Amino acid sequence: MRRIWNQKKTAAEAQKTQTSESPAKLRLQKELGELAVTSDTSIEMSASNITQFTMTYRPTEGYYSGGEFRFQFDIGDGYPHEAPKVKCLQTIYHPNIDTEGHICLNILREDWKPVLNIQAVIFGLHMLFQEPNPDDPLNKDAAKLMVDDAAEFGRTVRSTMRGRRIGTVDYDHVLAEPSQGGRHY
Amino acid sequence: MAPATCTAGYERFLRLKAPHVADFELVNDEGETPEDLLTKAKVLVIGAGGLGCEILKNLAMSGFRNIDVIDMDTIDVSNLNRQFLFRSKDVGRPKAEVAAEFIRQRSPDINIAAHYKRIQDMPEEFYLGLTLIVCGLDSVEARRWINAYVYGLAERHGFEGFKPIVDGGTEGLMGNMRVILPRHNACFECGLSMYPPKTTYPICTIANTPRLPEHCIEWASVLEWPRVFPDTKLDGDNVDHISWVVEQAAQRAASFGIAGVTFSLAQGVVKNIIPAIASTNAIIAAACVNEAFKLVTSCNPFLDNSMLYTGDSGVYFCIYPLEQVENCLVCGQKEGSLTASSESTLDELVAALKEHSAFQLKAPSLTCAGVNLYFQNPKALEEQTRPNLAKKLRDLFASGSTLTVTDPTLPTGLRVTVTFSDA
Repeated sequence: MRRIWNQKKTAAEAQKTQTSESPAKLRLQKELGELAVTSDTSIEMSASNITQFTMTYRPTEGYYSGGEFRFQFDIGDGYPHEAPKVKCLQTIYHPNIDTEGHICLNILREDWKPVLNIQAVIFGLHMLFQEPNPDDPLNKDAAKLMVDDAAEFGRTVRSTMRGRRIGTVDYDHVLAEPSQGGRHY
Repeated sequence: MAPATCTAGYERFLRLKAPHVADFELVNDEGETPEDLLTKAKVLVIGAGGLGCEILKNLAMSGFRNIDVIDMDTIDVSNLNRQFLFRSKDVGRPKAEVAAEFIRQRSPDINIAAHYKRIQDMPEEFYLGLTLIVCGLDSVEARRWINAYVYGLAERHGFEGFKPIVDGGTEGLMGNMRVILPRHNACFECGLSMYPPKTTYPICTIANTPRLPEHCIEWASVLEWPRVFPDTKLDGDNVDHISWVVEQAAQRAASFGIAGVTFSLAQGVVKNIIPAIASTNAIIAAACVNEAFKLVTSCNPFLDNSMLYTGDSGVYFCIYPLEQVENCLVCGQKEGSLTASSESTLDELVAALKEHSAFQLKAPSLTCAGVNLYFQNPKALEEQTRPNLAKKLRDLFASGSTLTVTDPTLPTGLRVTVTFSDA
């Protein structure tokens, strides 16, 4: 066994180092340290625990422009073998997000690959707000309305963003405060 | 030494020179014969399940005399069809303990110790006392942990911490085996992307258009359980929990005209149980133990370094040398050292990492023993860690500490050990 060890001279010397970060933590450190987000997006986190943070997205175009949408990210020990867990923190009216905050985004579940990263997930979430996808609905009623009557869907989105009850659901007020730079409508 | 009748099988391999092993010695520099090495070797078997039972049996019958077995699980009725060291009277008892009792009874000359624990709970001295590790696990998570841990042992202790891992894995009619030599060849993490993530279904399918019983089970476990029991985590080993999932899933399946929701399927989906076939376990475990035997005795060349068994489309074995991955999160990390005054600031250390010819980093982020010293991004984290830049190094960490540094110019981490010039 010693002969096996000595085969590679460069590896054979002990290093005076301390325990490594776990692979998941190291990957997270690298990703966060190099994360580049656009001005419509911000990350809120505490330096004491970087495995959980929130992302706020303020779309400037599309049905949801003027809104301020918050998502909880949870990066587990299985990362990047396992996808980050992401939920929407507000009750919103969206074809691909249910009122519990579950998000139907393929790369968060069935299409997750370790080569993807937090940046890709943020980009995917942006896409959901730029182009909601009524073909794979989570909120069926919203998706149906979007297909049947896009104008009425747009009006419903606007009114729910101000905070409103439809049926048994109380939608949260999600319009951005003017001081935070979002365009106001 | 075991009775001659027991060794008749393998001794011929240990007393004759093999044609392909130039450095095989009948007696080494320490005066040990290959049989001595085999008798002295202390092997840890991780997992006492389908693969583990086979591995333990093979080790015991191949001349290994010191075996430790660790498993955090207890025996379930569903294990009895293939985990042949267990009987129905053992249901509910720890797998490691029952397996060890069986081996002890069958071969009283073997020292076998059972650990009904998590691998994370064993102390460093325990791992340092081993010769070799054989893994028969069904979890990627546990493999990632032991791989990173053993890599660290080799890094910190040199040869004394060098614990090769023979890793086996099966799924139905397919299996694989790896010989991992820490700091010498591709580690488990290097091949991680070859493992498919847990089977999941689109959440919109689960919510709206279920077609399979699995969709209904996922609906009950992923969407309904957290809604109905927001404060209780679903436990795949809790019969009441799974029964609730089965009940909900069966109702939903009935309303969509789907058949096939059963207790065992629900448990399989919730716990992500991989289908096991006894003979595949036997094939992979046998291959693992032969490699362990060759590694310990040097009697014949060992596997370089991966084997794939595909039994689901005819029979095919593929042997390939998996290469180390440059951006591997475990073995791709680079090492470096710096000397700095304890009175200098973190800002000056960051500048040194940028300017020093050995590093030439662009925008380093630094942590030390889990403490986030300085991050370039995101903005909120940069603002919170910025005050550290003005602090003196001695107020942030001790001399000889290892900092984990990441940077856009590095494929993975850089581990810089900082020694204080005035310490």
